[in-house]
Amino acid sequence: MRVPPGVTPQDFSDAVKQWQEALGQPWVFTSDEDVDLYRDSYSPFWHEDLEPIPSAAIAPDRVEQVQAAVKIANTYKIPLWTISTGKNLGYGGSAPLLSGSVVLDLKRMDRVLEVNDKNHYALVEPGVSYFDLYRYIQDRGLKVWIDVPDPGWGSLIGNALDRGGGYTPLRDHFDAHCGMEVVLANGEIVRTGMGALPGSLTWQQYRYGFGPYVDGIFSQSNFGVVTKMGFWLLPEPEGFKSGTVLVPRHDDLVPLVETLNYLMNSNLVQGTTTIGSPLLMSRAARSASGGGSALVMSPGGPSVEELEKIGRDQNLAYWNCEMSFYGPPKVVEAQWEYAKQKYSAIAGATFIDGETYKLPFDLKDPDKLPKRQFGIPSLTIFGMMGRSEGHMWFSPIIPMTGEAVFQAQKVFGQAYHDMGVPAISQIFVFPSSFFPRSFVILCGFPIYHDVEKNKKSREVFKGLVKAAAEHGWGEYRTHTAFMDTVSDVYSYNNHSLRRFHETIKDAVDPNGILSPGRCGVWPKRMRKAEA
Amino acid sequence: MKHVSMLFAIAFAWVIGVPIGEAQDQGQRIPSSWTTTTVSGQGQPRGYVEYQKYCSACHGPGAGRPGTMALQAKYKGAEPALLDQRTDLTPELIKTYVRNGISVMPFFRKTEISDADLDLIALYLTRNNKR
Repeated sequence: MRVPPGVTPQDFSDAVKQWQEALGQPWVFTSDEDVDLYRDSYSPFWHEDLEPIPSAAIAPDRVEQVQAAVKIANTYKIPLWTISTGKNLGYGGSAPLLSGSVVLDLKRMDRVLEVNDKNHYALVEPGVSYFDLYRYIQDRGLKVWIDVPDPGWGSLIGNALDRGGGYTPLRDHFDAHCGMEVVLANGEIVRTGMGALPGSLTWQQYRYGFGPYVDGIFSQSNFGVVTKMGFWLLPEPEGFKSGTVLVPRHDDLVPLVETLNYLMNSNLVQGTTTIGSPLLMSRAARSASGGGSALVMSPGGPSVEELEKIGRDQNLAYWNCEMSFYGPPKVVEAQWEYAKQKYSAIAGATFIDGETYKLPFDLKDPDKLPKRQFGIPSLTIFGMMGRSEGHMWFSPIIPMTGEAVFQAQKVFGQAYHDMGVPAISQIFVFPSSFFPRSFVILCGFPIYHDVEKNKKSREVFKGLVKAAAEHGWGEYRTHTAFMDTVSDVYSYNNHSLRRFHETIKDAVDPNGILSPGRCGVWPKRMRKAEA
Repeated sequence: MKHVSMLFAIAFAWVIGVPIGEAQDQGQRIPSSWTTTTVSGQGQPRGYVEYQKYCSACHGPGAGRPGTMALQAKYKGAEPALLDQRTDLTPELIKTYVRNGISVMPFFRKTEISDADLDLIALYLTRNNKR
């Protein structure tokens, strides 16, 4: 049996016995065969000693068992690593950051506690996946939509706590939550917002309750174990429409994004938008860029003028952007018409009318719909990742301006060049508005069962984090392998925010048992190792 | 032994075609799943239901199923791209892939797919094998 760091074999054996009594013997996993299933399928440390390996896993079925589990961990100072569905692939999966941690697996807590289609909300446990909630709603014919990230097997709670995003008007998943139940490290249960009022009837309807609003400190953190969470849902819309604007020249991106900001911040465009480039994605442009991505502007690559000439010769727009509209058909048609009117100020702008859907309609064949925009969970994204053994995401937030996009193209092109990454391996995608009022660049780095390739990827990843930070850009979320790296660049005033996080950590989890190291927050007794 | 006899009972239920509804009526909670469609188990073996729940989002028919796409690319029609049309899979092979993963298919924990559910899925996927 593996043993957590700093814990004696005898203490661990005693803890395991107590967990078995509290949770039931089948739900305490200690054999290598069972515990290895908690490794990160997409680990960037595959075949290396650096890979964090858990010592055991425990799987409570209800909140009382979570309380008992953390109390036992506290007695023996055993580090736990909390997961929900354990499908945070690309960000660490089900594996801990600190090798030897015991995984606290909440997958069995998979109850949909309430879905209300009059006030449009749901209350769920951590093991509930997007597939689960979608199916629950469809089975009952409820008139609400959920918002899904790309992989549908993730947990609503886990994704929201890692501050993930989706595609519909409620795409900022943490922002869409309302009310939490949290088990603290000492085993005490806290309910936030209106949940603090016994018998409250508005836990999922009014976020703030009374007094300091604390929900944010339980996201991307290790201050508690969230066991219930409410989410606002979208009333089933009566219609959906998409439309695409295309502009011919490089510099047209500036007014395109300015107009997009106006439309999105006025709630006229309501879903996630992504900047695209028919020109830079074309074979001709990629060929001119050395066979790799034409999206980054590498030193020695084609100039903007050369690319614009390819665009003119081949009648390819330099930029485009598809937009989503939700509402009654007449309203969404009018919104699109208005958007076209605004974009027409850009000389040479052209448009592609997407289909207008009238709802409700038969959803028996969701394959024929734009699933993500309709809040229909799937695993389609896994077919788009190319041949690899996994991936991890580099995901900086940049300003929502055309100028910032140009700068990102150059900064990351230069960074790749400086690190000796050949054009064919330069990973870059254009920004999306998964979150209001900013762009995120979501680059998937492939993972292989090849030590040298992964070492190089990790080095490049760290180089990009550094290059981004030097230009005022930071990651919105990261893989466990880079949590310290990313935390390090959020360093304003001698890391005053991290020191504040550490003050909270020491107060609410003095033994440092909950998810040590998560997002750069280490408990006092392990903090020296960080330096 | 209890575990083995339970499996036998479930396998037997499959042979005589006990609908899934009966298992649910006994108070068993429906396990979490990765399918968007409601699983109608009427007249279907339990393994079919579990397969639909756990595997079909990737390995089912239709557009955007990465497992089906990958097997189509691998076999180019020499074997069916849909796992539930194969006749050459063994229970051991199925379990190896579920517990070890392959390419971007991750491995699955026992809180996701239990050993008992995996036995049922293997039984279903090998139902048409020549014996």
